[in-house]
Amino acid sequence: MSDLPEQNSDDELQPPPGAQRPRVPVRKEAARRKFIRSAVLTCGVIGISLAGWIPVARAQKTRLRPPGALEEHDFLSSCIKCGQCVQVCPVAAIKLGDLDEGFGLGVPYIDARNQACDFSCDAVQCILACPTGALTYKKPDFTKKRDGMKLAHDPVLKAKAKDVEPTLNLKERIGVARLAHPETCLAVQGKGFKGRARGAGFKGTMRYMEVDRWKPVPVRDHPYEREVCDLCVTECPIQDAIKLEEFVGPDGSKRHRPVVLEQCVGCGVCEMICPVEPAAIVVDERQEWKS
Amino acid sequence: MASMSERIKVMLGAEPQKPAVVSPEAREWHAMKRMNKDDFLAMKEHAREHQIVSHKWRNRRWAVLLVANLLFTFSFWLDIQMLEGALTASRFVGFHLIDLNSALQVMLAHKHIIVNLFIGTATVFFLWALLGGRSFCSWVCPYHLVAEWFEWLHLKLVDRKIVSDHQFHRGARTVFWLLFSLLAVVTGYTVFETLSPTGILSRALIYGPSLALGWVLLLLMFEVFYSRRAWCRYVCPIGLTYGMVGTLSPVRIMYRLEPCFHEGDCKKVCLVPHVLDMVVKGRAEHTEVPVGPDCTRCGLCVDVCPSGALQFDVKGLSRML
Repeated sequence: MSDLPEQNSDDELQPPPGAQRPRVPVRKEAARRKFIRSAVLTCGVIGISLAGWIPVARAQKTRLRPPGALEEHDFLSSCIKCGQCVQVCPVAAIKLGDLDEGFGLGVPYIDARNQACDFSCDAVQCILACPTGALTYKKPDFTKKRDGMKLAHDPVLKAKAKDVEPTLNLKERIGVARLAHPETCLAVQGKGFKGRARGAGFKGTMRYMEVDRWKPVPVRDHPYEREVCDLCVTECPIQDAIKLEEFVGPDGSKRHRPVVLEQCVGCGVCEMICPVEPAAIVVDERQEWKS
Repeated sequence: MASMSERIKVMLGAEPQKPAVVSPEAREWHAMKRMNKDDFLAMKEHAREHQIVSHKWRNRRWAVLLVANLLFTFSFWLDIQMLEGALTASRFVGFHLIDLNSALQVMLAHKHIIVNLFIGTATVFFLWALLGGRSFCSWVCPYHLVAEWFEWLHLKLVDRKIVSDHQFHRGARTVFWLLFSLLAVVTGYTVFETLSPTGILSRALIYGPSLALGWVLLLLMFEVFYSRRAWCRYVCPIGLTYGMVGTLSPVRIMYRLEPCFHEGDCKKVCLVPHVLDMVVKGRAEHTEVPVGPDCTRCGLCVDVCPSGALQFDVKGLSRML
């Protein structure tokens, strides 16, 4: 007999007090209970694991994924939830999903408003770090692809503009920026901006080429002074991705509005740097380009 | 327990069987042990008096487990870049290492294997095939350590008759392994990773606490109040994956019939007592029997054995020494 007495609960092996003789042999009854218990355990654990499907199916939490991510379903299946992308990111833009994201638990995402990817690493390190190809330069043939995700031509990284090879290895967008609240946009109101873009308490960092090419600095340590607020345009790391367009306001004064161009990769720097609350310009994750 | 297939069956959930054939030497020992009860008790007492209470292997194991897991943490925090990533996948000074069960889940769900995934998986496969398969569980898995601490609490409560251990069928783990594999293939999601306390704890140690720790706590409470070490014993497919990998491993625990008093202390401390069936009087078919592949090589039995009947052994090497 391999079972130890202390590993069995006594009440299951002994007949209940008062019972004459159990109709079913005690050992058989114990085995039957054990089987039922095991079946309940199996159904329970599998049931709980499948509950992870609910947030994914409802897509309550559609996240901006790091650069090079496969389409959402392929991304969730290929990601091994190790966080190597988190570790290589110089601006710590990448976070890992929690339990409320179901199957998205441990899967990387970017919360652009708090910390956007500004391509400070030049080479898109997270893609290089990914061991399973969930983040990849070249998507395998069998995975789903959408036409509007491909960029019209190789994106030029402003920081690398003077380099021999100024383009970014990433040829696809992760989203598209959109002027969501033109009414709060300072440029649209004809206003300028002076001071810390996101206040003294903001923890986000960014690369400023004039400060240091390889060491991103906190945004709060880099105040701005602009006649007309154009932070989303000047701070955009990609060439020809956004421009300021002039228009005449209702009072006849000269106004400006940011216009997103086809080279927008959806990195979210404009959303992070936008000094108004809530951000006037936001990134729509996984959006394709629509002209 | 003779053949390897028999041992694998026991790992998958079958009850250990009495050996059909017992070698003459072993039979001789079994017969010799059928001595006068008083003599036997006296001998036991004598051995007990000389027993040294040891936590040698447990302490070594805890040290290794903590160092391995904290190496991940400090690699990230202090940016020393020794061991980047988490237990599911990492890079040790640049070399890819990928957890076998996580790799399996990703391969089944994504149905596409890139070179780095293959290299990392193969490296880890050979590493653990050599080091004993399930030794991953007791020497590396962070949940194992936490569960060990909570097991102590469970045993205290059992002692005071406040709770009792409800056992499940060990075959449940095999069913879980198959179901989670099937779910990965069918749904295309790495379903098991959502629940895996190994991954959750490893990530929490590196990237900070998360809500998911609540699930781990729930599991621990289940183990304390309802069923001893339930996750590791009856559910976790990681254990079975590594168990299969370590089937032919040269690192194992060796049982020697001669010094054994058949008291069963080893089975009381063991996470997988079915692998120690040979310590039951009359069950050992040879004078030396290696412990089966479901053994996590944790060394608790080695520490607790009063007569040194259970020892770590490396196939081939021990004989050379």
